[in-house]
Amino acid sequence: MKDMNEGYITPDGRQIGGVLMELKNITLKFGGVTAIENISFDIRDGEIRAIIGPNGAGKSSMLNVISGFYIPTEGEVWFKGYKRGPMKPYEIARLGIARTFQNIALFDGMSVLDNIMTGRLTKMKKGLLAQAGWWWTGAAREEYENRDKVERIIDFLEIQNIRKTPVGRLPYGLKKRVELARALAAEPKILLLDEPMAGMNVEEKEDMCRFILDLNDEFGTTIVLIEHDMGVVMDISDRVVVMDYGKKIGDGAPDEVRNNQAVIDAYLGVAHD
Amino acid sequence: MTGAREDNLAEAVTKGHESAQSIPALLARNVARFGGYPAYREKEFGIWQSWTWSETSEEIRAMALGFLSLGVERGDHIAIIGRNRPAHYWAIVAAQMCGAIPVSLYQDAAADEMAYVMEHCGARFVIAGDQEQVDKILEIEDRIQDITHILYTDKRGMRKYDHARMNALADLKAEGRAGHQRYELELDRRIAELDYDSTCVMLYTSGTTGKPKGVVLSNRNIIATAKASSDFDHLGHNDEVLAYLPLAWVGDFIFSIGQAYWTGFTVNCPESPETMMTDLREIGPTYFFAPPRVFENQLTTVMIRMEDAGRLKKWLFDHYMEVARKVGPDILDGKPVSFGKRLSYALGNLFVYGPLKNTLGYSRIRVGYTAGEAIGPEIFSFYRSLGINLKQLYGQTEASVFITQQPDGEVRADTVGVPSPGVEVRIADNGEVYYRSPGTFVEYYKNAESTASTKDPEGWVATGDAGFFEPDTGHLRIIDRAKDVGKLADGRMFAPKYVENKLKFYPAILESVVFGAGRDRCTAFINIDLAAVGNWAERNNISYASYQELAGHPRVYEMIREHIEEVNESVAQDPMLSGCQIHRFLILHKELDADDGELTRTRKVRRNIIAEKFADLIGALYDGSSEIYTETEVTYEDGRKGAIKATLRIEDAKVVPVKPMAEAAE
Repeated sequence: MKDMNEGYITPDGRQIGGVLMELKNITLKFGGVTAIENISFDIRDGEIRAIIGPNGAGKSSMLNVISGFYIPTEGEVWFKGYKRGPMKPYEIARLGIARTFQNIALFDGMSVLDNIMTGRLTKMKKGLLAQAGWWWTGAAREEYENRDKVERIIDFLEIQNIRKTPVGRLPYGLKKRVELARALAAEPKILLLDEPMAGMNVEEKEDMCRFILDLNDEFGTTIVLIEHDMGVVMDISDRVVVMDYGKKIGDGAPDEVRNNQAVIDAYLGVAHD
Repeated sequence: MTGAREDNLAEAVTKGHESAQSIPALLARNVARFGGYPAYREKEFGIWQSWTWSETSEEIRAMALGFLSLGVERGDHIAIIGRNRPAHYWAIVAAQMCGAIPVSLYQDAAADEMAYVMEHCGARFVIAGDQEQVDKILEIEDRIQDITHILYTDKRGMRKYDHARMNALADLKAEGRAGHQRYELELDRRIAELDYDSTCVMLYTSGTTGKPKGVVLSNRNIIATAKASSDFDHLGHNDEVLAYLPLAWVGDFIFSIGQAYWTGFTVNCPESPETMMTDLREIGPTYFFAPPRVFENQLTTVMIRMEDAGRLKKWLFDHYMEVARKVGPDILDGKPVSFGKRLSYALGNLFVYGPLKNTLGYSRIRVGYTAGEAIGPEIFSFYRSLGINLKQLYGQTEASVFITQQPDGEVRADTVGVPSPGVEVRIADNGEVYYRSPGTFVEYYKNAESTASTKDPEGWVATGDAGFFEPDTGHLRIIDRAKDVGKLADGRMFAPKYVENKLKFYPAILESVVFGAGRDRCTAFINIDLAAVGNWAERNNISYASYQELAGHPRVYEMIREHIEEVNESVAQDPMLSGCQIHRFLILHKELDADDGELTRTRKVRRNIIAEKFADLIGALYDGSSEIYTETEVTYEDGRKGAIKATLRIEDAKVVPVKPMAEAAE
């Protein structure tokens, strides 16, 4: 599994490609607090990569480094073979990185459809003036094309029945799904999911797992997810990074990680002697 | 290539339109007659996609050619499991073209139930709607040896499956188009072989008792019935229906295939089961069928929303609904109504009925039917008073649906109408209803014994229902299942369904099961309707944490007892059935569920299974105890088992004293 550009084959027979993103010796400090300390790992094309760890381990910070929202104090991020510099949010989106949030960040007053359409913003080239022209400028056609993409995502996530419902009226589990839909609308290369199952019941979790697996399968999207539900993580992810107090304490296939003593200690605690 | 096909079509057309003796022949006729009119619509990706009769024919042919390339033989059974989608209807007709027999299965059936049917009909090919259905087939594959190929409609999630014996239906069509030169002749030969007596479809009965039986229906059954019933209601090619009821149900087959191919009307398929109500509104069907349950749910939704409406709106609604209740049905039946009342009704139509019908999707309905269960008189008259021509029919799978139906202008809540055109009905001495019609089924598949016991040599079929003709109107009234009609210990008549239906007309009561055969008095299980009772609880500041807690709440018991006492009063009016008053009852701690085998897939109560499963509760109803502790096994959707524990209270209900018949007789 250590060879750099060869992929590997998962136990369920999926071909995982070469390295898509590599994080080299990342350290992130906020003033005197070290959130992440000298962590390196890679994300391969097409895999489902989980980041786990106890509360405050620095998982969300790590996700923010991956997304480019935080610039690491030390270390380098290589994406698609290039070293990545500081970026604006729209540049991140255009690079093909989309995310969902731990706390839902949707527009409550807008319909599900409109919320998902916002995910297409970077794909739409026509400016305000062109949109005012509508028919003559091709803005209408652009809107139709994008709506088509969005409808396919609505179909994929089985939310046709709430298409026109304002997001504010939806239950939590569905909001999470809408957020996933919006992230998908950007047709990301890497999809970052910050606790996609938090606060869901068993059935909603199962649905969400199915959607994550299906979208990885259907669109070949690489997925990086943070999750607390160990059952879920061990079930769906290909490789797992374990963090504790800002350090990496484990990295590998779910089974390896499960049997890693450092990981067990971090989760169960160690007797002080 | 297209030249040859058009020749075939032309030939089929010149053979004579009216003598079309199979569904594929009707298809060819429709292409010639209504080629450019829409045959199917389906909402997908938020847009209604439509297919004309010509396009439909092309799709079906491609599918049939694909079937031939897979080696479908005459007489093979092809199982279809999926929701209402044009592709599934096409597969049915494509199967017929190949001389194969389509068999539709209920898509919510558990793998076990499916295994029985698949094994029984020996299906060689399966058309599965999506991954979920494919998984079920794979799960039972080792038990059923006959399956040679699985085809699926929705590709999602299917990439990783072993495709050695599996294909997407779209790929099959492509295959058929590619191989058309090889199979074209063979296909035309097979289509030409079809006649009035070849099998059109095989549908399994829901199996209220015992294992489901495969009802074989011929082209004659389906086409003759479709013709008669279309003429009865003047259906034409401009009509629109919404296909949302299970494909495996005979009604859907008659409406979406039989009548659709006979008259050439448009079949609209919803986007998903959850969007049915929105789609209904967008399509605005002119011909609509729904079981009473759908109408009940809609009415409940309307009433709940009106409770929350502003005062002016609520006043408008109440006022004009009162007007509608008084004059609406008369106007609909064409009876004389004074000018003032007509004016008032017209205003009501402007303010209330029109917008309400539009919201419900009933603006354009010309003919609506309800059947399957008795419908509450209030519910029935609510829709009729709005000007919706809702009628009742009585039928069963073995009759290709129609036995009796209500003609326009002769509609009542408590009868099921007069015999449908071409149907003869007679009442046996024991009260059981018999019929004979061109729609009478051919046989039960691989079950000569049941066929013989149901259909006599002269073609009369026992419905299993007890009923009588009203002397003055000639309308049929159904009392109950003939085998459920029994006697109390003292010999008085016991008709559980009659009482259960009266109970179920209360919005708070979802299901009820009445016991009493061979006992000295009647008792009942009640299932509350969570939506209605939950809303009631909210308005009355009653808090509850679970279904179980709500069901056991003293105020809920109080409400149910009042309902039961009202029913007792009404039952006491009928001298024949006054013994069926309910003396004691309990409210069940769980909803009766088809997954637990307590209901059939068409949601009919399975008495024997309930009596067996809840024997302890029935015991307590009769031994005078005031509460009972019970544990019930439940099956979750994924097949896991669990148990619910509860202590149920049993309460008495007042009964109206009637002159005991035994004494009078002595």
